[in-house]
Amino acid sequence: MAEPILELKDVQSSYGNIKALKGVSLRVFPGEIVAIIGANGAGKSTTLMAICGIVPVEKGDIRYRGESILGVTPEKLPVMGLSQVPEGRRIFPRLTVLENLELGAFYRKDRAGIQEDLERAFSWFPVLKERRRQEGGTLSGGEQQMLAIARALMSRPKVMLMDEPSLGLAPLLVQKIFDIIRDINQQEGTTILLVEQNANLALQAAERGYVLETGIVKMEDRAADLLTNPEIRKAYLGE
Amino acid sequence: MIQEFKQVWKPYAVALLWLLGLLWPLLGIHKDGTLSFNETFTVWIYIAAGSAFCLFLYLLNQSGTLKAVSSPLAGVRQTAGKATAKVPVWIWLGLLLVFALCYPIFTGRYAQDVATNVLIYICLGLGLNIVIGLAGMLDLGYIAFYGVGAYTYALLNLNYGIGFWTSLPAAATLACIAGCIIGYPTLRMRGDYLAIVTLGFGEIVRILLNNWMELTNGPNGLLGVKAPRILIPAMENGLSFEFFYLKKLHFLYYIALALAIVTIISVRHLNFSRIGRAWESIREDETAAELMGVNTFMLKLLAYAMGALFAGLAGAFFCARMRFVSPESFTFLESAMVLSMVVLGGMGSIPGVILGAAALIVLPEVFREFETYRMLVFGMSMVIMMVFRPAGLIPAKRMGKRGEEGDG
Repeated sequence: MAEPILELKDVQSSYGNIKALKGVSLRVFPGEIVAIIGANGAGKSTTLMAICGIVPVEKGDIRYRGESILGVTPEKLPVMGLSQVPEGRRIFPRLTVLENLELGAFYRKDRAGIQEDLERAFSWFPVLKERRRQEGGTLSGGEQQMLAIARALMSRPKVMLMDEPSLGLAPLLVQKIFDIIRDINQQEGTTILLVEQNANLALQAAERGYVLETGIVKMEDRAADLLTNPEIRKAYLGE
Repeated sequence: MIQEFKQVWKPYAVALLWLLGLLWPLLGIHKDGTLSFNETFTVWIYIAAGSAFCLFLYLLNQSGTLKAVSSPLAGVRQTAGKATAKVPVWIWLGLLLVFALCYPIFTGRYAQDVATNVLIYICLGLGLNIVIGLAGMLDLGYIAFYGVGAYTYALLNLNYGIGFWTSLPAAATLACIAGCIIGYPTLRMRGDYLAIVTLGFGEIVRILLNNWMELTNGPNGLLGVKAPRILIPAMENGLSFEFFYLKKLHFLYYIALALAIVTIISVRHLNFSRIGRAWESIREDETAAELMGVNTFMLKLLAYAMGALFAGLAGAFFCARMRFVSPESFTFLESAMVLSMVVLGGMGSIPGVILGAAALIVLPEVFREFETYRMLVFGMSMVIMMVFRPAGLIPAKRMGKRGEEGDG
């Protein structure tokens, strides 16, 4: 098998005295969609925050394209090709859609390339082009999620980390967002690590899945197998 | 209209009575301890009559009775607005500049003095605007950098005889360094905590200036600082150059004007640059900004340094103008004043901050007529302004120039 593009080796992290990650190991291979599912407080978001260097890693190692990124400060990661769609979207509410997108390409200085990517982002999300002069905060929840994804795409990521893209969205919109995520993965070849509470949708979109429970990886398997696993069905798919 | 009046008259009457109750002890107590009612009642009658008239107009307008009068007026205003919109912005700016340049010709000492003050506060306000309006960090000790600038010039001039123009970059640099010193340890703090720490820093600087007798001469201040000077040719014995001290008020006004213009241009450039946008992203959401590849640490430090820089320039000029400096000029009240200018004018908006600075300096002067009630009227007008324009007099515009640029 090929080298993993992103690999976590027994990663441990805490918030103060509370140990959020007690040893998470996972591997993401180039071009795949990997889903991390789990209940509230299982450490899903913390895993992504640890990869991005926002939450400090106490033990273990995180390797990206074969090199450890433990000491790398968060703002250098987009340059390396890692970008995140943070939980709760976290767009810049008082900046326009266009400014939000341009901030996504903040580290880049090639104006022509940025313009090209802007057009590409608009082709993914035509509604954003209509609203490009509007302030981000005035968009609807679904549009804000699209903006957050488009913003992350603006840095031309090799790996995109997505935290709960379905959060607070209507079911129809969630389906649409997941379709787009799959299209982005297939057409742009972007590797995607997806954290989701909506296990059903996430596993349908992903190739492989990890089940996180109180800070450790409880199970890892092909997504299709996890979907049919009776234990998973009972615990996370509500059957 | 009758219907609407029925709804408001009761709370209105209660409010008036309440005001009477408040005014009486406030205005009725005399120096000798006696209490009189007459004066209070006169003031109260004026306020009651004025507010009743305003209420009447408001209700009349609400009910549409005023339409007949106001609609032709609105038409006039619209055509006037269209006519002014046709003239390009640079012509307005040019006219404003000509006005500013000619200002000392047709005004007296007092007006020039007030205008110079306004210009100093424009520099301060715009500097603070970088920290608060753009980077979103509440700084309550901003005046400390102003103090650093002022004392830098005073000490350089008194101890080493260095002139104003050479001291200017030195003052800016030292203020920048002070900005980094306060910025560095506070960068991990947000919101209220940052406000408290900066407040403390402002006080530390003031107390230091107050107590360091050997260097700053303490509360007595430093006297005898020289005014800015320029070299002019003198013809007395052959061609030679001699120093000419710009002590006259209109010279100082022009220096302040130059400083203000430099500040406005630089802040505008910063505002519309990559750095400006990164600052705004930090203000909006620091974590998200970091995830976008914005080096939040360096940029916040830079915001502090740049804000301090303009305060340092303004401080050096302030000292050169007064030819005297003492710690009294750098109290918390001054910080609060500059902060009010930024908030009142409109955070993040350059014309807003300029207008805010002008309003907060000029209004207390205008209200001198009211004598004792000056600050009361001033406070009231501030409250009223914030009620009716909560985002500031000229709110920051989004979708401005930057939005247009990247658009194909």
